[in-house]
Amino acid sequence: MSDYTLKIRRHNPEQGDAPYWAEYPVDLEGHRSVLDGILQARDRIDGSIGIRCSCQAAICGSCGVRVNGRARLACNTKLSEAAEAAEEGPITVEPMGNMPVLKDLIVNMDAVHWKKVQRIVPWLLPAGPPPEREYVVPAESMIDVTQAMACIHCGACVSDCLSMEVDPLFIGPAALAKAYRFVGDPRDAQDEERLRDLAEDPHGIYDCTHCFNCIEVCPKGVAPMDQIMRLRRRATRDFEISDQNNGRRHEHAFTSIIRKKGTLDERKLLQDSFGPLRPQGAVELIRALPTGLRGFARGKITPKTALLHEKLPGIENVRRIYDHAEEHHEELNLYIVGEGGEAEEKEPAMGETPEVTT
Amino acid sequence: MKVAYWPGCVSRGFTPELHGSMALVADRLGIELVELDRANCCGAGVIAEHNPELADSLNARTFAMAQQTGLAMMNICSTCQGAQSECQERLDADSAYRAHINEVLAAEGLEYQGGISNKNFLWLLVEDYGLDKLAALVQRPLTGLRVGPFYGCYVLRPTSRLGYDRYPDRDRYLEQLIGVLGGEAVDYDGARKCCGFPVITMNRETSLGQAGRHVGDAIDAGADALVTPCPLCHLNLDLQQPDAAKVVGRDLDLPVLHLPQLVGLALGLEPKELGMGKHVVRTAPVERKLAAVTAAA
Repeated sequence: MSDYTLKIRRHNPEQGDAPYWAEYPVDLEGHRSVLDGILQARDRIDGSIGIRCSCQAAICGSCGVRVNGRARLACNTKLSEAAEAAEEGPITVEPMGNMPVLKDLIVNMDAVHWKKVQRIVPWLLPAGPPPEREYVVPAESMIDVTQAMACIHCGACVSDCLSMEVDPLFIGPAALAKAYRFVGDPRDAQDEERLRDLAEDPHGIYDCTHCFNCIEVCPKGVAPMDQIMRLRRRATRDFEISDQNNGRRHEHAFTSIIRKKGTLDERKLLQDSFGPLRPQGAVELIRALPTGLRGFARGKITPKTALLHEKLPGIENVRRIYDHAEEHHEELNLYIVGEGGEAEEKEPAMGETPEVTT
Repeated sequence: MKVAYWPGCVSRGFTPELHGSMALVADRLGIELVELDRANCCGAGVIAEHNPELADSLNARTFAMAQQTGLAMMNICSTCQGAQSECQERLDADSAYRAHINEVLAAEGLEYQGGISNKNFLWLLVEDYGLDKLAALVQRPLTGLRVGPFYGCYVLRPTSRLGYDRYPDRDRYLEQLIGVLGGEAVDYDGARKCCGFPVITMNRETSLGQAGRHVGDAIDAGADALVTPCPLCHLNLDLQQPDAAKVVGRDLDLPVLHLPQLVGLALGLEPKELGMGKHVVRTAPVERKLAAVTAAA
């Protein structure tokens, strides 16, 4: 038997006491899970430790906690692996973030996660009366939504979402991934309405900051951020939805500038993202003015960088790429096609090629 | 050491001090930079959001240019690293897809053959240049300087895409580097969080709320400065810091250095030549602290 120490954050808000950390030695093999450790500590040392769990097989999504500061399923995290990540110290186990604690490791999923899932209308909205028998859809059209369907609602992505940390109103990664599950479903007839709603919400699809935490912590490979980007893509490219968050304008401005100049002209990006001809855009641009002036005052931004952004030599080659890609816009989804298919012929991964000449 | 160098757009735009300081530091380190001066923007995740194939094609063009030099590629921007690694992952995974994209590159006489080595300056310093070699070149140890690392999301996550299976300590390199340069790495909550820059034009409160919170946490942990390998993080943490202070409702006045500037200071370069005068938050406290150490020595 191996010995591990779990350092668990204890808190019972109903009693009004402050949270505290308590250490529990557990006597289990390294291949056993952190959940096994918590349950042993509860059985042998303190029966009042609060933990929610059920299947113990990474299917039900009940035992989401933070292990060493990162959201995980406790049942899906080996003690040996957690101890290694903890380096010299004990394995820390605390409740997930961005949701209020009910007791110890149990958070209130209803208050945040489920409320947000309800917000996106998580059911099919087909057109017309339902068919007499089942809906028949081609299998390949459902493949597109399989990744989003893999979600088990454990809340790990919600816990570690860095946008939600400062903006609790953000609809968030889990609910938005679920939204794509319906937007991408061929049986749903209200994809445009859904996208318009999620683009117009000031805390909707344009509130994601690309921090990748949701992709990193998801135990099921849902990649919520990728689904959010697909929602943006559908909203802008398929329906040209103009939103009040500057989302479409920003994307359009960025993409157009690179087509025109090859490299980024930041001053023009700012200007075009706000859309200065709109009253609100003018206000936003004026609000950004002191920032620009500070840059000028320090010589960080010069008249040359602000006004005379030169075209890249050979810009026609960049434009040819645009024409080619706009014609095809293929989306290679590695979740579906797999990454290992060509591993044998793949050359050394990043960093392995000894090409740095000394 | 000689590398195919991709400086990115922002280092030649709103953070010119990064481009300039990298050139000086490379010279001191004996790294020859072969600049990819005809390469295009990486798309910063925004073009991939619009059309993944377009982003993959644009970056395949850059990779092909680097492969023509026969050298490994180096960048000085976490965002370029992450955006390019995302495209590389797709391009390297599927030869048919790569061939489809190479069709359009052929008109320019380019072909991306897969498997490029592309590293941020931080990764290259630790993994290829070597911290021992760097330590031997330190002329002005950053003794007593308390520096908060700020990585930028794009060199941290997703770990499966960014080579963490082979280099599991990539999220500790800044701490290691600060130590080798003689400084003290400050442990604070925001080191591996998001600066908020990607939503600055879409949700200013969220964006600056993030930047302000991290700067405040670093100040509370006793940092004299932050250091970052990402110019976009620098824009939100430095250029926007006065506005971030208003959003979080507290005074913030913490200098933020680009990675090559911190290295340059330790190598004996002067703050002015490293472009530190171009920062919005004055770097004088850092300079005074280093001057005091030099005088005491």
